[in-house]
Amino acid sequence: MHVPDGFFNASVSIAAGAFAAAGLAVCLRGARRELDDRTAPMAGLVAAFIFAVQMLNFPVAAGTSGHLLGGTLAAVLVGPYTAVLCVAVVLLVQGFFFADGGLTALGVNITLMAIVTAAVGWTVFRLIVRSAPRSRAAVSVAAFIGAAVSVPVAAMGFTVLFWLGGTAPIDVSSVAIAMGGVHVLIGLGEGLITALTVSSVLAVRPDLVYGARGLKTRLLLRTADGRSTEVIDEPAPAPARSLRPILIGGALVAVLLAGVVSFYASSSPDGLEKVAGDKGLNANEQSHVLGDSPLADYGVKGVGNERLAVGLAGVAGVGITVLAGGAIFYTVRRRTRDREKVSA
Amino acid sequence: MGAGHTHQLYRPGDTVVHRLPPQCKLPAVAAFAVVVVATPRDAFWAFGVYVLLLAAVAAVAKVPARFVLRRMVIEVPFVVFAVALPIIGLGERVEVLGLSLSAEGLWAAWNILAKATLGVVASILLAATTEPRKMLLGAQRLRLPALLVQIAMFMLRYMDVILDEMRRMRVARESRGFVARDVRHLPVIAKSAGALFIRSYERGERVHLAMLSRGYTGSMPVIDDLGASARSWATAALLPAAALATAVLSWSVS
Repeated sequence: MHVPDGFFNASVSIAAGAFAAAGLAVCLRGARRELDDRTAPMAGLVAAFIFAVQMLNFPVAAGTSGHLLGGTLAAVLVGPYTAVLCVAVVLLVQGFFFADGGLTALGVNITLMAIVTAAVGWTVFRLIVRSAPRSRAAVSVAAFIGAAVSVPVAAMGFTVLFWLGGTAPIDVSSVAIAMGGVHVLIGLGEGLITALTVSSVLAVRPDLVYGARGLKTRLLLRTADGRSTEVIDEPAPAPARSLRPILIGGALVAVLLAGVVSFYASSSPDGLEKVAGDKGLNANEQSHVLGDSPLADYGVKGVGNERLAVGLAGVAGVGITVLAGGAIFYTVRRRTRDREKVSA
Repeated sequence: MGAGHTHQLYRPGDTVVHRLPPQCKLPAVAAFAVVVVATPRDAFWAFGVYVLLLAAVAAVAKVPARFVLRRMVIEVPFVVFAVALPIIGLGERVEVLGLSLSAEGLWAAWNILAKATLGVVASILLAATTEPRKMLLGAQRLRLPALLVQIAMFMLRYMDVILDEMRRMRVARESRGFVARDVRHLPVIAKSAGALFIRSYERGERVHLAMLSRGYTGSMPVIDDLGASARSWATAALLPAAALATAVLSWSVS
């Protein structure tokens, strides 16, 4: 799954690199909260563990064997931020020391194998653990589903990047089918071994499993006169942080990508348009309803310089997306607040 | 532990390439990889020049060709993919040796093979001439986030320890007659992975406590300061500069 040099064109590699760097910056802050001053030695040892586990081949079906990606396993065991850091360090070391995975493809590799697998696996895991009864079995099942979902999602992420800037002339849909099919199987293997590993750690040292911290029963003190008090030794929740720096940073990155990187993006028709053109699919294609809107075909009308026009269109597109998304988010939030008022 | 303490990827030596400070070599190799990826695929001669450049570096660093070739095995999965490309690729077909192959697929296969191979060889040369520890010190000098560098440092230090633990567990499994054949054997392997995690995590806690007792406050002391003179920067820049000149020429020609 390690992508080599030359597989993606330069613009996708650079954009993925920027995304990976931003993701790592967020995780460096988050990991301090998960492990405080123990971050460096603990994450280093966990990274060595992930590296070792990736070498552990396990039989999937008759004759074939797979190996673990480890993103979800690490997220359940040590927390999502630390997991991203660990897998990313493993990928960096593999790229620079073992020549496994291209140096220009590091951004793609980190985005897909560290950020996407850990984020998707952890989100699915949390959703299930929250809604399920608090038990060890639920944690294992959630780990299975999280890992099994994360692998095909990463494969789909690969397909999307391939559609944006792959250099091989393969039909995108056949890439999607091939990648998806194989990785559903690999995901099942990954899920099974993740769940079994998590449950074996849970059996011995349940306190080490980050994703099962809610399972601990609280110490109950009963006195002779029948009174009982619960001892709460959980750390106080971290003060809520302002989201503003992250929002501003994200907006800057989005504008930068849309405005600057699109300059360099390939001007040839994208994969799908090309496939459609090759197969004559667009012979009776209707002109798009908004075909003569000011942003049609990603260029601002009346702006002479083509690159500038594409860049402006990109920035405007990001702006419109943010406005639309913000409006939806705002209305939804307003509604839930109103409902809370009614119920209160 | 009797096999010496140099890393298997590193070839000790005392050449110009070995002596270059790592903070110069790292960006040089990365820039070289970027230039190679940005080269148009129909400029065959440019790729020839890149091969000559890498061969020159290997010759100066006294890294034998056999060492590089043996390490290039890592590329095999993508060679298989590249060989498949002309067969499954789209576009117009051409007849080669009686096989109907996609012309576009042939181009893509060549593109991926050439660029990936050049990148792999450049990385191999970097790892062969730079001690792993020095490489991370160089990354620190390049202002990579200190936490990230520290994590990588601990990982590299303890990687062989963890791998050894895994090997001992495998020996223990196999000496009791265990062979992983199908899915029913997964629980055994998963239990090994779980045990390995607990051992790694507990070792991490011990390491952390040992470091605290020796005055660790969150940053590692830098013992040997690797200063880089303008001359070593210029020496390191030779490779990417020559590659860039080639690439610029290939852009203007095509």
